[in-house]
Amino acid sequence: MIEIKSLYKTFNAGRVNEVKSLQNVNLSINKGDFLILLGANGSGKSTLLNSISGSILAESGSIEIEGIDVSRFPEYKRSPWIARVFQNPLSGTASDLTILENFRLATLRTQSKNLKIGINNKFKSLVKDRVALLGMGLEHKLDQPIGTLSGGQRQALTLLMCVMDDLKILLLDEPTAALDPRSAQLVMQTADKVIRDFDLTAIMVTHNMKDALAYGNRIVQMNDGKVARDISTEQKSKLAVADLYEWFG
Amino acid sequence: MDFYLTALLQGLCFSGIALGIFISMKIFNIPDITTDGSYTLGGVVTAVMLSGESSPLLVLPIVILAGALAGTFTGLIHTRLKINPLLSGILVSTALYSINLLLMGRSNIPLLNYENLYNLITLSPDLNLNTLLTLLIIVGLLVFIVGYMLSTDFGISMRATGNSETMIRALGVNTDRMKVIGLAIANALTATSGYLINQFQGFADINMGIGIVIMGLGSVIIAETFINWLNITSIAWMLALVISGAIIFQFVLSLTLSVGVDATLLKLVTALFVLIIVSVPKITFKRSA
Repeated sequence: MIEIKSLYKTFNAGRVNEVKSLQNVNLSINKGDFLILLGANGSGKSTLLNSISGSILAESGSIEIEGIDVSRFPEYKRSPWIARVFQNPLSGTASDLTILENFRLATLRTQSKNLKIGINNKFKSLVKDRVALLGMGLEHKLDQPIGTLSGGQRQALTLLMCVMDDLKILLLDEPTAALDPRSAQLVMQTADKVIRDFDLTAIMVTHNMKDALAYGNRIVQMNDGKVARDISTEQKSKLAVADLYEWFG
Repeated sequence: MDFYLTALLQGLCFSGIALGIFISMKIFNIPDITTDGSYTLGGVVTAVMLSGESSPLLVLPIVILAGALAGTFTGLIHTRLKINPLLSGILVSTALYSINLLLMGRSNIPLLNYENLYNLITLSPDLNLNTLLTLLIIVGLLVFIVGYMLSTDFGISMRATGNSETMIRALGVNTDRMKVIGLAIANALTATSGYLINQFQGFADINMGIGIVIMGLGSVIIAETFINWLNITSIAWMLALVISGAIIFQFVLSLTLSVGVDATLLKLVTALFVLIIVSVPKITFKRSA
């Protein structure tokens, strides 16, 4: 699904504050993988995620999605495959727009946004049914600006928005870092369900070791811009939280 | 009474600027100063074409195109060269001063002897009423077109661009292109105001645009106060309030003049008025918090 070959990225090259964020990263991600990306701060995991999404362009190396080299594509051109959930719930939704309008945009992720009025009754009932799946009662608030909802609700909606349109890859960047434990759990369960139900390939950056073990089928640990460990499903099931902490020691 | 009618008519003429600033400031969060230049550009193109015996109906699309072109330049300078939008607007606006002077060939053109929009169609024998009706139709059309556009899928992505750029880029929108289009539309609307006001006043002047951006800002801020106060989410109502803001603004200016404030002080009064409407919601907010 995703083939990453000898990827390099350096920030502030040649200056005092030079950071070699990615150094020869090679990674092959299969279709249906739910990969957990671990690493200390500054280990390059966010840079890796951002290079896959296209919000950062790597200096050298290649990223192939379904055999197409996308490494020079700007972010908006990779959107046919990729959807993202950000750490900050505010980044994944547009506060001033209503839930319905946010969903409308998400529905058109891979299509052109033209001069037609797309929010009609049919679309409304579709969104209503989808949102009702969350069991948060949000289906009655579709005309409210999404900014009036809590972070957890917004994050859960963002996940649903991702699968409104044809999707292959879901990138999650610490999706629960800004949430309270209860909302965090709800968002993680929603994410897991969405990934299974829609047969997605997912990559999640997290600092939560419990989540790292509870979810996903593969763990990759990054260190100093390189892949330090790559743990497959069988080995992963034998890991305990304490083992993961040791990696950071 | 005539005084207030004039204020109403001027308010309607300025609604193009108000809608333009609404788009650049409220939708895109971009402070766009191109306004001063594109408003004059609209007026100048109108004056040059009308004095060349062109029909006012033919002039309008050219004015819109000219305004859009000015906005496109600001947008391109801002997005391609990564220059602060405020500076981009000032650059284009400054350049436009010379362009406008070049187009006119002198610093002002009187238009009283030429055919204009307000005597083109006779809806009422009363000249003032006829002007009012014509303006209402045009402004109504502008509100309809802008309102429709903002409700479409394209319009929603436009509104999201100013609201959550990270999100909308991840949803496959080229935000740079969107900003250029937005600024083009905003300045096309602003130029339309120049077109309306010049035919109303009967002349074009090279300095007509100086500080005009404040009219738009003031109108939008008045509208915003009501939008927040009444919790309005409907685009149509927002636009209607923006137009009302433009009219209220002119009424206040007329009122200050009619109570005998020296016309020299008009810009000072305008600035103070905008300062008041900007600060009043914040002061009352503090008290309740």
